Amino acid sequence: MDGVSDSALDKPDSMWPSVADIAAQVQAGSLKASDLVEQALAAIEAKKEFDAIITTTAERARERAAAIDAATRNGQKSGRLAGVPFIAKDNFLTFGSETTAASNILKGFKAPYQASAIERLEAEGAICVAKANLDAFAHGSSTENSDFMVTKNPHDKTRVPGGSSGGSAAAVMLDLAPFALGTDTGGSIRLPASFTGSVGYKPTYGLVSRSGVVAMASSTDTVGPLTRSVEDAALVLDIMAGRDPLDSTTIERDETSYTDLPTELAGKKIGVVKEYMGDGLGDDVRPHIEAAIEKLKQAGAEIIEVSLPSLPLALAVYYIVCPAEVSSNLSRYDGQRYAYTSNDAQNLEESFTKTRAEGFGNEAKRRIMIGTYVLSSGYYDAYYRKAQTVRTKLINEFEAAFKDVDLLLGPTAPSIAFKIGANTHDPLQMYLTDIMTVAANLVGVPAISIPVGKTDNLPVGLQLMAPMRADRALLGAAKATEELL
Amino acid sequence: MTELTREDVLKLAQLARLKLTDEEVEVFRAELSEVLRYVTMLNDVDVAGLAPTTQVTGLKNVMREDSVVDYGISPAELLRLAPKSQDGHIKVKRMIG
Repeated sequence: MDGVSDSALDKPDSMWPSVADIAAQVQAGSLKASDLVEQALAAIEAKKEFDAIITTTAERARERAAAIDAATRNGQKSGRLAGVPFIAKDNFLTFGSETTAASNILKGFKAPYQASAIERLEAEGAICVAKANLDAFAHGSSTENSDFMVTKNPHDKTRVPGGSSGGSAAAVMLDLAPFALGTDTGGSIRLPASFTGSVGYKPTYGLVSRSGVVAMASSTDTVGPLTRSVEDAALVLDIMAGRDPLDSTTIERDETSYTDLPTELAGKKIGVVKEYMGDGLGDDVRPHIEAAIEKLKQAGAEIIEVSLPSLPLALAVYYIVCPAEVSSNLSRYDGQRYAYTSNDAQNLEESFTKTRAEGFGNEAKRRIMIGTYVLSSGYYDAYYRKAQTVRTKLINEFEAAFKDVDLLLGPTAPSIAFKIGANTHDPLQMYLTDIMTVAANLVGVPAISIPVGKTDNLPVGLQLMAPMRADRALLGAAKATEELL
Repeated sequence: MTELTREDVLKLAQLARLKLTDEEVEVFRAELSEVLRYVTMLNDVDVAGLAPTTQVTGLKNVMREDSVVDYGISPAELLRLAPKSQDGHIKVKRMIG
């Protein structure tokens, strides 16, 4: 690629310069959007065996690239992401392709509108080139629950990339595009970031619109970027963030750009979460986290041990609240509204039950039934209401902790990427993979995973969390930490 | 109750409009029971004085203009996206009677 910049030299393992550099070069005319799109499509073709991509949006991407190049030639301004190719998880509604959420029941679905997040990126000149694989409906921690295929970890094809945004994370580390979009409901951006060595950002709940994203658990669903650097994540977030009339749960964004990052670590109070550093933490992860803590200390941060006593309950809360919301959100797949419908149904009732039996995979069925159970008459108070109330307790503990510290720190996952098939026989064991990520979703706070080292050539992720709406502070601290490591 | 019976699973499947095979009933019976056993850790948590959380933003009654937005898509294009259509309408399976 022409005009390789300094920031590209900082990352010799990527063929893509930083997102801002690419856009600047397209605006300056030294790079062509069309060439960038071809480069991304060629990389997707060359790395097919990793099964990161469900479908490309090649035709539409080429048209958009040609339009951007023409505009640039005519001296028109083409936006802060001019010509930057990106890949969207296939639970984002996009023009130019089907949107399947990696589920059989949504096969054939072509959306009449695009996700607001995609619209905002396109308005700044970004170009969606492909749709990434995921656990069907984002239910999972490994992408093994995709109804189509299992994405392979870019560092070891016998291992999972994490999930549910496993295709997006793998795509970024395979250099298929400079950045990808994911969704994070219980850790689905941060876990694959940890397992693949990418940066995964889960914003404050409500900061990025969920309009046009296939709903999973609406009270914890968030949209965020997977990138190679914190700087790239901040830029992509800055463009997506803010109120959206199409999603009434969105919150006001900061007036200051999320790319204007406070990176001073000296004097920062960082709470190391005691419950995350206990016996459940693997020896493949622990030394990297401890080494990072030591470096932060040397950089002048004040390290304080923090206990959040209800944290060990977070996963139980999550696996009540999430399936409850899933069972409700997936009720729309009834064999009427979307393309897939059972062909041997004799009446309406059978059309419902057979379409759903044939179209949903095991994990969707499992979550629908758990959700149905915890919401059913006689169990609602004992399960659902209780879980929502323990959620309040957790929120209160986080608020109390953030009175004493600026950030919370811990590992993103208890282990490095596991082998494909290692947990598929045991759903509960698979759920436990999310044990360090679900709390941020239940509480609503922003959280990020950045690569902190490798064990046996497999990446380890460090997780930082900040108070509600402190996204800029979190990204700033993450950028400073990234530079230390 | 943390050990589900076959009847429980069949009742859940019926409520959730899922047709399960006999094999699935047994697999889900065991798996769902295990998950429900795991979440019993919440039973004894003291939540006296706490209200349940349904959302985390604190937003209330978010309003917007009740106005038409032009999405730049024609009825004909919308119909083309539907699985089946006929005479300018989206065609679905018979739902009544």
